[in-house]
Amino acid sequence: MWEYSDKLIQHFLNPKNAGEIDDANAVGEVGSMACGDALKLMMKVDENGIIQEAKFQTFGCASAIASASALTEMLKGKTIEEAEKITNQDIANFLGGLPKEKMHCSVLGQQVLEQAISRYRGEALKKQEGEIVCECFGVTDIEIEKAIKENNLTTVEEVTNFTKAGGGCENCHDNIREIIDRVRAEEKPNIKPKLSNIQKIRMIEETIEREVRPLLQHDGGDIELMDVIGNRVIVATRGSCAGCQASHQTLRFFVELKLQELVSPDIVVEEMTE
Amino acid sequence: MKTVYLDNNATTKVAPEVLNDIMPYFHDLYGNPSSAHTFGGQVGKEINKAREQLGDLLGASPEEIIFTSCGSESDNTAIMSALSTETGKTNIVTTRVEHPAVKALCGHLTKIGYSVTEIPVDREGRLDMERYRESLTPETAIVSMMWANNETGVIFPIEEAAQMAKERDILFHTDAVQAVGKIPINLKNSAIDMLSLSGHKLHAPKGVGALFIKKGTKFSPFLIGGHQEKNRRGGTENTTGIIGLGKACELAAKNIDVENTKVKELRDKLEKNILSIVPNSRVNGGEAERLPNTSNISFEFIEGEAILLHMDEFGICASSGSACTSGSLQPSHVLRAMGVPFTMAHGSIRFSLSIYNSEEEIDFVIEKVPPIIEKLRSFSPFWKKEAHA
Repeated sequence: MWEYSDKLIQHFLNPKNAGEIDDANAVGEVGSMACGDALKLMMKVDENGIIQEAKFQTFGCASAIASASALTEMLKGKTIEEAEKITNQDIANFLGGLPKEKMHCSVLGQQVLEQAISRYRGEALKKQEGEIVCECFGVTDIEIEKAIKENNLTTVEEVTNFTKAGGGCENCHDNIREIIDRVRAEEKPNIKPKLSNIQKIRMIEETIEREVRPLLQHDGGDIELMDVIGNRVIVATRGSCAGCQASHQTLRFFVELKLQELVSPDIVVEEMTE
Repeated sequence: MKTVYLDNNATTKVAPEVLNDIMPYFHDLYGNPSSAHTFGGQVGKEINKAREQLGDLLGASPEEIIFTSCGSESDNTAIMSALSTETGKTNIVTTRVEHPAVKALCGHLTKIGYSVTEIPVDREGRLDMERYRESLTPETAIVSMMWANNETGVIFPIEEAAQMAKERDILFHTDAVQAVGKIPINLKNSAIDMLSLSGHKLHAPKGVGALFIKKGTKFSPFLIGGHQEKNRRGGTENTTGIIGLGKACELAAKNIDVENTKVKELRDKLEKNILSIVPNSRVNGGEAERLPNTSNISFEFIEGEAILLHMDEFGICASSGSACTSGSLQPSHVLRAMGVPFTMAHGSIRFSLSIYNSEEEIDFVIEKVPPIIEKLRSFSPFWKKEAHA
């Protein structure tokens, strides 16, 4: 038996806002019978962009019904702009959490909301972008990537819990694993916090002192940091480096690479011109 | 709140007579049957008595019975034994609708070099006998086929299937966990080589099962250890479980008529009433020969877990083949093998009765279930569309 919160059980047994709105002006519909859950969201948005009424119809399990009930409760009284910010995690939190295997119920809620808002704004519905990865549940690589990024997922099992992808024949598990690896690899640079200018200059100074100068001095040369303008690092060469034919090579392939590696990938090193 | 228990294919209550008989073996007669002293030896005698009681129910001799810990262990023992004694044969023939105890084991075996042939079923869950015949090859080490399906109650023609295997010198095992105690079984002069059963499905405690191995069948133990069960299954005997299973088999022999009269009548009443009150509902496997206690009903356009949890509010216990109930994302492999459409498969509910159910309970379920279905359909996007169409 699933461990459902009391709040979820209450929303399941006595769902709020179940039914239809005849004159709804923002409607979304996601899922299908084959997938095992489907959700239709209907909203009435007034001229000020405030959601006056929200109702749902759903085919799904207890947590799907409760998620739909929660979503409609959260939407009422909000502006479209506010509604747009609701995430699947917000829906789960509203219900006091969802079992991890049921997170896809909240994802369905977020998807239907996105679709209803797009339609309300008259935006052309995004054509299905990306390529289907999970044939069983028709989940695309873009949807999988989004779930991985937004919920910080790291395993195939987690991806299945959030998107259903991989929950059927399991043939796509290798592909899902590749997507996880790719997203994780892309995210790595962002792990480094954004540097303030002062922090950046300090790191450049330290790197030059620690990693660059000792090696150049070993060959009788030297380098001096003159200025930092954005990502441009202006240096002057000294000792045997000054006037050396190969000094621009040194700057480019040694100093610049070192700074890119240790400080920021965007750094460009320039030699000061008189 | 009163519990109305209609989930007897999942597990059953221990019969009061069984409980009464096994109590002394927890506290006063706790000896080890293998011991040399009388204190232990007297328990050993009770185990042999249980072996006779099982033999009587199945039409087998006591020495053809070994006790195990559960139905799954019996199934694993049977199949693994065949693969080890039938040297050189690497194929297993089974069906698409087996219990995970066989299905998952076969899945595992395909990963380590064995081939598995799964015989399909028709829309009513009946076995494709022609495909079965064609699947039996000289490479086949064993056929493993359930006697009755746990989800639908559909009964396979086991004796006929076993005979076909025997004619080709292929070992035949049947998972009879759901059949034993519900339909008459007689293994005397049968072509069946091995048969699995489980205690807790017929009012014995959980944690005990048995495997029938026909005399003369080559056997290789699965659980290797002490000399228990004549070296066929190591491990100290679950004395209370085994003695309880013996008693439960004795009771089952007496009650098998009740299963096929009173229980069947209650099941039929439940089915008939639900189907007549609730539109767009159907019995899965309803046209096939079925166990007398099982009814698998699909309610179109709604989802099973939601139905179950609403029934739970009234203390009604059943189970569902829907995806959400199990935590997998696909509906029951049994219903899919039968080609039950998705509109029906997700909304399937299995009611399974026992001799302990009363007519009042069935009337209560007939009263409570239809409004639940109506409520869930009232906000199903598919139900409205269907009604308008």
